[in-house]
Amino acid sequence: MRALLISIFGMCMLATAAAADETAPANLANACAGCHGTDGKSPGQIPMIAGMAAADLAAELRQFKNDQKAATVMNRIAKGYTEAEIDAIANYFGGM
Amino acid sequence: MARTSSSGSSRRDVLKLAGLATAAGFGVRPAFSQSPGHVVVVGGGFGGATAAKYLRRAGVDVTLIETNATFATCPFSNTVLGGINEIDAITHGYDGLAAHGVQVVPDTVTGINAANKSVSLQGGTAVSYDRLILSPGIDFKWGEIEGYDEAAAEVMPHAWKAGAQTELLRRQLIAMDDGGVVAIAAPGNPFRCPPGPYERASLIAHYLKTHKPASKVLILDSKDSFSKQGLFQAGWAELYGDMIEWVPFSSGGNVARVDPATMTVYTDFDTHVVNVANIIPAQRSNRLVDTADLANGGDWCPINQLTFESTVQPGIHILGDASIAGAMPKSGFSANAQAKVCAAAIAALLRGDEPPSPSFINTCYSLVGPDYGISVAAVYRLNAEGAIAGVEGAGGVSPGDANAEFRKMEAEYARGWYASITSDMFG
Repeated sequence: MRALLISIFGMCMLATAAAADETAPANLANACAGCHGTDGKSPGQIPMIAGMAAADLAAELRQFKNDQKAATVMNRIAKGYTEAEIDAIANYFGGM
Repeated sequence: MARTSSSGSSRRDVLKLAGLATAAGFGVRPAFSQSPGHVVVVGGGFGGATAAKYLRRAGVDVTLIETNATFATCPFSNTVLGGINEIDAITHGYDGLAAHGVQVVPDTVTGINAANKSVSLQGGTAVSYDRLILSPGIDFKWGEIEGYDEAAAEVMPHAWKAGAQTELLRRQLIAMDDGGVVAIAAPGNPFRCPPGPYERASLIAHYLKTHKPASKVLILDSKDSFSKQGLFQAGWAELYGDMIEWVPFSSGGNVARVDPATMTVYTDFDTHVVNVANIIPAQRSNRLVDTADLANGGDWCPINQLTFESTVQPGIHILGDASIAGAMPKSGFSANAQAKVCAAAIAALLRGDEPPSPSFINTCYSLVGPDYGISVAAVYRLNAEGAIAGVEGAGGVSPGDANAEFRKMEAEYARGWYASITSDMFG
């Protein structure tokens, strides 16, 4: 079961890597730094992205996008990204 | 010192001269060997500082030319007016950028020579570039309000470039007697920081409510609507009762003339004698851009919105308030976001690659009170016409029916945003 999940997850990553070529992952992720700090290293009250696992970050962004998790501004912002872009952002920060 | 912008001088010679001019303690120029080129960045604010840092991260050699040794941010300058922060809290230096290998040159650019790709400096030298980034900010359209010029701004501060003007306005608020009237003249669109005048009214009211509760804030507006208007007006009623009065254009809010000698502000319909006058005049791109006709006869500079390269002069990129960046507002957040996209585009162009497709966010927080924050956000992409446009279905303002805890959280996030973006620029 775990192997199956991993392989499905892996296929998703492969599929999104191609789709995310539309917008460069670094350009997507760097925009986040305006609030979350360079490379997601927030020095203040805004939650840290740096160090988050890609799967956790992607899941949280989807929850914001779909209003499954309440936030102040993140529900409004997450709606601006496609599924593929959410994965690209998550992989970018998760891979740092 | 002779300028070295003649076509005969090599880039190396010009740079050597610039290096000599700045040899006194500004560090050693990093080696050129790995870099795909040399970018000169003019202006060390939200656009320029960010661009310099992110170009260094991309391995590009960068010279940042900035007149002032420190930069006081317009964002959060209203907290200084409200007595929440001292000016030091919003003032930043360039040591962090120097540590990234940015050559920081404290000088003023007096001219742009697009033909031989160099800028001339007040100090007498010239610096050549492979690509130039201008993030020069705004200048004021003096005289559009009759009687309002640079001398008048020493009596009726604009405080729309942070620093000495912010401190002047703060001193005037401290000196004012209880029961006084503070007028804020808000300009027509477009202008730097659309919610700024209204956050200013809020935080001045916060100070007055605490120290001079019989006083008034009178906003005289050249517009009939403004950013986050519903949220601001609800917050004003909740926190300050009727202390803040907003006079829209259609009710005669437009300030046509001022007389600093008598502290009189003349609108289209009325005459107001006030105790403190904060006159925020109409704006245009910094006049530096005129040395290369980059505004093309207008107020703001047209650009290719993929790369931020001027559509008038190739090789010159324009960021932030001075540029026409599609639907993005003239904000520090916008300039920071644009700078990162521009830096990536320039790094690609210098290496002979295609610029990557851009993505932007803008989030403008405003403090209605120290524990009462509101925001407007948007995500931007290029549309089919190549213009920066908001992504439909995303963004918008804070909910109107949010509770006090939500407003307090947004105030906390406003402070967190400030810490993050200034570290993204200068850290």
